[in-house]
Amino acid sequence: MTEIDLTVNGRTVREVVEPRLLLTDFLRHRLGLTGTHVGCEHGVCGACTVLVDGVSVRGCCLLAVQTDGSHVETVESLADGGPLTALQDAFRRHHALQCGFCTPGILMAVLDFVERHPNPSRAEIVDLLSGHLCRCTGYAPIVAAIVDFVSLSPSGRTA
Amino acid sequence: MKPPAFDYVRAESLAEALAVLAEGGPDAKPIAGGQSLVPALNLRLVRPSLLVDLNRAGLDGVSADGMLRVGATTRQAALDGDDRVHPLVRSALPFVGHFVTRNRGTVGGSIAHADGAAELPLCLVALDGVVVVDGPDGRREIPGADFFVTHFSTTLRPGELVVETVWPFGQAEEACAFEELALRAGDFAQAMVAVVLGRDGSGAVQSAGVTVGAVTDRPTRLTEVEGLLLGSSGTEAAADAGALAARAVDPPGTVHASARYLRELTGTLVRRAIERAS
Repeated sequence: MTEIDLTVNGRTVREVVEPRLLLTDFLRHRLGLTGTHVGCEHGVCGACTVLVDGVSVRGCCLLAVQTDGSHVETVESLADGGPLTALQDAFRRHHALQCGFCTPGILMAVLDFVERHPNPSRAEIVDLLSGHLCRCTGYAPIVAAIVDFVSLSPSGRTA
Repeated sequence: MKPPAFDYVRAESLAEALAVLAEGGPDAKPIAGGQSLVPALNLRLVRPSLLVDLNRAGLDGVSADGMLRVGATTRQAALDGDDRVHPLVRSALPFVGHFVTRNRGTVGGSIAHADGAAELPLCLVALDGVVVVDGPDGRREIPGADFFVTHFSTTLRPGELVVETVWPFGQAEEACAFEELALRAGDFAQAMVAVVLGRDGSGAVQSAGVTVGAVTDRPTRLTEVEGLLLGSSGTEAAADAGALAARAVDPPGTVHASARYLRELTGTLVRRAIERAS
C-alpha cells in the first residue's frame, strides 16, 4: 500500500492505495467521481479520459500511485450542477450526446486538444474523435458541436 | 478487468531504476507511459511481481548534438511540432495510437515494447537510428537494425533499460514518405512503409531505404527493392518496386485480411511511398 497526495478538481486528496488500483477506479470508487466512465479498460474507447497536470490521458491506463503530486481534473470540474461551460453547451445545442457514456472523455480530450491546436480543421477534429468510441450519435453532431465550440473566441470558449 | 497485484517502486534516478530492477529479478518490469503495459496488465496478459516506474527517473527530454537524442521517457506528443525531428518521424507520428495516448506513451517505451506493427520502431530502422541502453554491463549502443528480434522481443539483456534513442536529422537532398493502412484511424497497422530516397544532382536515386512493418514480425528493410531504385528517378521504378515488395514479404493472413491481400497492400503502399518521395 502506498500513500498518495494529489489534488482532484482543486480539492486536496490524501489516500492510501494498492499499486494496482487504476486511476479510473480511484476516482469512481474512492472519491465518488462517477462522471469518469469505464469502457474498454485497455485504452481504446476513450470514455475514461481525464486531465492530469493539464494533459489528457486515459484514466484506465494510469495507476493511481502514478498521480502522486499531480493535479487531476475530471468532467465534474466543468459544471457540477452549475451553468454549463461553453463546450458542454455546444454539445447540448447540437444534441451531441444520447446515452452520454462517451461524453465526459470527449469533453476532457477536446479541452486539452484546443489548448495545443486552437483552430483545428474539421479533419483534425474527426481524427481526434477516432480515439473516442460513440455508439449512439454517429459522430456527426459531436463534430458539429466541436466545430461550433472552436469558432468561439478564446474568451467565449472559457465562458 | 483489473491488474493483478504487484509491488511498485518509483525510481528517482536511472541508477535507482537499474538497481531496483536487478534486485527484482526477471519478474520485475519497468513502466514508462504504460499505454501498452497497463492494458496488458488489465487483461492479465502479464503478471510482473514488481513495477519500476521510470517517469520521474530523469530520462525525458530532447537534445541535439549532430544527432537528435530523445530521452526514453520523452512523450510521443513531445515530438509533435518539434522542427528538429526527422520529417519521416513527423509524418508517422499521427499514426501512433491516438492524440490522448501519445500524451502519455513514450518514445523509448514504444521502441522497447517492439510491437511489430508500431510506427516508431519502423522509423528507427528506416533512418538507421540507434538505441542507447544501460544495465548491469554498463552503457552500450545498439543499431536499430540489430535491436528488434521479433514481436515484443529485442536484444535487450536482462536488467537493461532503453535510456535514449538517437535519430538523424532530415537532409535537404533526401526525400521521405510514410504510408500506412489501418482499419480505423489509430488502430494497429495492417501494413506500413517508410521510404527514404537520397538523390544526386541529376535527380537520380543514389541511396534508397525501403522499410516495411506490420506485415513482418519486426521492421524489415527490403534490400532488393532498394537496389531496384538505385539510379532511377524513383517514380519510373515505383510500379516495379511495388510488385517486387509484394513478393518479398510473406505475412500470415489475419481475421481482417488474407495473406494475398496483405502482400498486395504492401506493394501498393511501397509504390505510393516511392511516388510521394519523388
